[in-house]
Amino acid sequence: MTGAGPARVRVEAAVRRIREAVARPLRIMEVCGTHTMAIGRHGLRSLFPPDLRLLSGPGCPVCVTPGSDIDQAIDLARRPGTVVTTFGDMLRVPGARRETLDAARAAGAHVRIVYSALDAVELARNEPATEVVFIGVGFETTSPTIAAAMKSAREGGVANFSVLPSFKLVPPAMTALCAAPDVRIEGFLCPGHVSAIIGVRAYAPVAEAAKVPCVIAGFDPVDILEGVAGIVEQVRDGRHEVVNGYPRAVHEDGNPAALALLEEIFEVGDAAWRGIGVIPRTGLNVREGWAALDARRKFGLPAPEPDDLPEGCSCGLVMRGVIVPPECPLFRGACTPAAPVGPCMVSSEGACAAYHKYGG
Amino acid sequence: MCLAIPGRIARIEGDVGFAEFGGAERRVGLMLVPGARVGDWVLVHAGYAIQTLDEEEALESLRLFEELLADEPGAAGAP
Ligand code: SF4
Repeated sequence: MTGAGPARVRVEAAVRRIREAVARPLRIMEVCGTHTMAIGRHGLRSLFPPDLRLLSGPGCPVCVTPGSDIDQAIDLARRPGTVVTTFGDMLRVPGARRETLDAARAAGAHVRIVYSALDAVELARNEPATEVVFIGVGFETTSPTIAAAMKSAREGGVANFSVLPSFKLVPPAMTALCAAPDVRIEGFLCPGHVSAIIGVRAYAPVAEAAKVPCVIAGFDPVDILEGVAGIVEQVRDGRHEVVNGYPRAVHEDGNPAALALLEEIFEVGDAAWRGIGVIPRTGLNVREGWAALDARRKFGLPAPEPDDLPEGCSCGLVMRGVIVPPECPLFRGACTPAAPVGPCMVSSEGACAAYHKYGG
Repeated sequence: MCLAIPGRIARIEGDVGFAEFGGAERRVGLMLVPGARVGDWVLVHAGYAIQTLDEEEALESLRLFEELLADEPGAAGAP
């Protein structure tokens, strides 16, 4: 790192603020898997004082998807006349039966990777005799894009398109995490692009209930370091405010059109988080009026279950911020990206994969 | 999974736009940004624009990103 541009100056200033504010052991959480990757890639942990622990949260949508949902997707992909479409990162994650979509596809199941839910609608339009199912994983960043595709399908009369819903909501999960006695998080680095949709105000209930600062940050190192500096300064001063450190993309009310669309198609319900369990009111269910686009209703599938993780895997503790990946006994020994045991090592945005790739 | 990249809308056909990302053009759903016009900067995630950005904001995002990549030659990766 030899540059001397304005970003370099801001990096140095933020690191100084962090070092000055941290006077005792302190645990903060980066909720978002994209932040986990950026922190690892830029080696930001090495800039922090040893008393500051930055824990990874449940922010990898692929990792928190219940194995039973993956099993259902695999079963649908084996159904004659049905194609399962998905974002590519779902492919290698084993379901509850320890089977992956990738392996099922190699064995003849109909699985197709798409870049956008819109591509899946397009496929359905072009192949009217095929049932096209899209695996609906994601947080508030992604769920509006899938809602938009569902609306396009309905408006375009595309009756052979449906979504297998496995959506999760971030802020209520943050509040639930803080309520667990073994999770001692004193501040949250909040996800930038989730916040672009839900807005600054969505974190007020979290900061209030958990009495912890919530700082929204973008994804370059400057954004992240300035966000961390803001959190540790609030902790030092005994404050718990919501601060928007990413005003380039995040507004007070978020994206009202996206929120209205979510409200139109989904209603809030309980959600099963893999390795964590059922967290009340952290999921999105398809409303009655949109039942024809809900693959679970269309194909008569049961509700998801929070399954057990593979034996010995500590992903639940990692995603709840109780431990960091190197504290899992299997990390780097029995569990590596080439032979992953748990979802956090499989997914490129999983905390274990990030620690493995970049070191802790 | 929550990556989003700034792009500029080059043309619009109904609900669908075509945005430029460093010269390459890509189809982008516009349903979530009903006010977007040709020439606007948008933040694109999973094939949809999820937020409009003013030009200064978009250029700032791109500039910070590029500056830091230039700083760390080994750090190239997906934006
Ligand atoms: S290192 Fe492997 S086994 Fe341990 S928590 Fe991570 S994914 Fe699970």
